[in-house]
Amino acid sequence: MTTPLIELVDIEKHFGAVIALAGVSVSVNPGECHCLLGDNGAGKSTFIKTMSGVHQPTSGKILMDGKEVRFSSPRQGMEAGIATVYQDLAMIPLMSVTRNFWMGREPQKKFGPFSSFDFKKANEVTMAEMAKMGINLREPDQAVGTLSGGERQTVAIARAVYFGAKVLILDEPTSALGVRQTANVLSTVDKVRKSGIGIIFITHNVRHAMAVGDRFTVLNRGKTLGTALRGEITPDELQDLMAGGQEMASLEASLGGTV
Amino acid sequence: MSEAIDERVRKTSALRKALIRPELGAICGVILVFMFFLSIARDSGMFGPEGVMNWGIVSAQFAVIAVGACLLMIAGEFDLSVGSMIGFSGIIIALFSVTWGYPVWLAIIIAFVLAMAIGALNGYLVVKTGLPSFIVTLAFLYILRGMTIFIAITSTNKTIIGGVRDVTAGDPVAWLFGGKILVGFFQWLADIGLIDKYVAGNKAGQSVVEGIPMLMIWAIALVLFGHWLLTKTRFGNWIFAAGGDSQAALYVGVPVNRVKILMFMFSAFCATVFATCQVMEFGSAAADRGVLKEFEAIISVVIGGALLTGGYGSVVGAALGALIFGVVQQGLFFAGVESSLFRVFLGVILLLAVILNTYIRRMITGER
Ligand SMILES: Nc1ncnc2c1ncn2[C@@H]1O[C@H](COP(=O)(O)OP(=O)(O)OP(=O)(O)O)[C@@H](O)[C@H]1O
Ligand SMILES: [Mg+2]
Repeated sequence: MTTPLIELVDIEKHFGAVIALAGVSVSVNPGECHCLLGDNGAGKSTFIKTMSGVHQPTSGKILMDGKEVRFSSPRQGMEAGIATVYQDLAMIPLMSVTRNFWMGREPQKKFGPFSSFDFKKANEVTMAEMAKMGINLREPDQAVGTLSGGERQTVAIARAVYFGAKVLILDEPTSALGVRQTANVLSTVDKVRKSGIGIIFITHNVRHAMAVGDRFTVLNRGKTLGTALRGEITPDELQDLMAGGQEMASLEASLGGTV
Repeated sequence: MSEAIDERVRKTSALRKALIRPELGAICGVILVFMFFLSIARDSGMFGPEGVMNWGIVSAQFAVIAVGACLLMIAGEFDLSVGSMIGFSGIIIALFSVTWGYPVWLAIIIAFVLAMAIGALNGYLVVKTGLPSFIVTLAFLYILRGMTIFIAITSTNKTIIGGVRDVTAGDPVAWLFGGKILVGFFQWLADIGLIDKYVAGNKAGQSVVEGIPMLMIWAIALVLFGHWLLTKTRFGNWIFAAGGDSQAALYVGVPVNRVKILMFMFSAFCATVFATCQVMEFGSAAADRGVLKEFEAIISVVIGGALLTGGYGSVVGAALGALIFGVVQQGLFFAGVESSLFRVFLGVILLLAVILNTYIRRMITGER
């Protein structure tokens, strides 16, 4: 058995009286895409924020390569190789692709006592990395606001991969996207996985999960409902698990099986 | 996937690319304003050496505070206490040097330290409380103004402190703010007849343009520094990021709070440069100086293409906005137009520039 890249054991997270997570355990292996499913408010975002250092767990352990770690800021998480692509916070639309790509890690060029942003290098790398993901930019200084939703997600993913992410967390990267764009993002996920990076993929959409997932974990009201490997579970079973079985079955019947 | 060339991308001409920039609105404004005054005030002396110096100095004053306001606005915040800060710094310099007898250089340094500490406090309160900077700095607009008058009255029984000139002679730091350079060059220009000389009084025989005041050098230096910082450095990228989306910036490790606090301090620094130059020029400080300067700075910045909500803008644009401001204010005076029209004219320019800026910004950033 391989040691997981990251393993979270019995994570609890309380916000005052609100128990957002009541003991969740999830792990990711190298080159694996672990899908995290669950209804609104299940605690998925809270969980990955705990993983990336935005929140500190109330109790529970985080192990990386078998050693316990503790992140007190997203910066520390990043330095340990955990990169997160937040759904709506991924990119700043007013800024250029290059400025976004390098945000927080701008390459510097020195002359004398002054150091400046090395745009030449930054532009070249950005263009090359985007091309690897199958997106040909018009120019690296075009604003991210002029890109499509899928392209923006791809810039964020390319950025994470370039900066040596070991674990890539994607929070609902496909929820606002059309069919083509979703397919592009899913194929990007596939490329990234093949390079040995572990992926946590959050989605509401069972079909998107089935398309790329190697393992599936369903959260409900802050608890793990179950984990299944690819091939052990059918899309319908996964859907039922997510929505809490019984109720959904009857709802679905009344909607004529269209959900 | 797609071929190397995306068929949906039209070739953009080099001209279009050169034109579509954040400063375009301000550039058009400058052209418009100069054309206007060349046609109505050409013979008034406005474009002679003295006239240019006149509106040049006023524009430079606006530019000094506009640079600070610009970087701060791009970082997503406002500073409404700039005007009060100008009054405060001026009084501090005059109090320490004239009233309490400290050397002028020390008084100036004390003013900078105090002002920047208050700027840091502004910033700290904004980032810690999460309140809009509009409110926090509005509070400081009143607090600082009131404190300035209080300090002046309790220590001198006056709100105006004169006699600064008597203590500045030979002080190198005072010269940095109140001195003039190229004096010999301008005298030479006058000697060969390119510039008029005074014909009577105690300055008879001297050039009417004595030299370039240090205020202008400060303005140019601050604009160049601000432009370089914003567009060419890592810190500049953080300024854009802090104002564009502070959460997104925070999540990738940009020290957003530090950036914002530093920009509040820089705004205070610029206000103090303005105040020091003014005190040196007038030879006095008054507790009511700088009223409304914060708005004039913000207007220059907005004419210059910056987005009020942050994340977008240009220091060069803000400098052009300051130039428009200075030329219009002094130009109407040269043209002999009723000065109330200054405000009308300024309002119209503000509106036109902002409308044009909005179009350009949408073109560049794909905003809807
Ligand atoms: N900072 C916070 N303070 C208080 N309660 C919070 C906080 N963050 C999350 N919660 C609560 O924790 C629960 C889980 O929220 P979370 O955002 O993790 O859900 P989610 O699974 O990501 O849902 P969605 O699918 O809608 O994104 C919710 O009930 C939410 O109200
Ligand atoms: Mg969520």
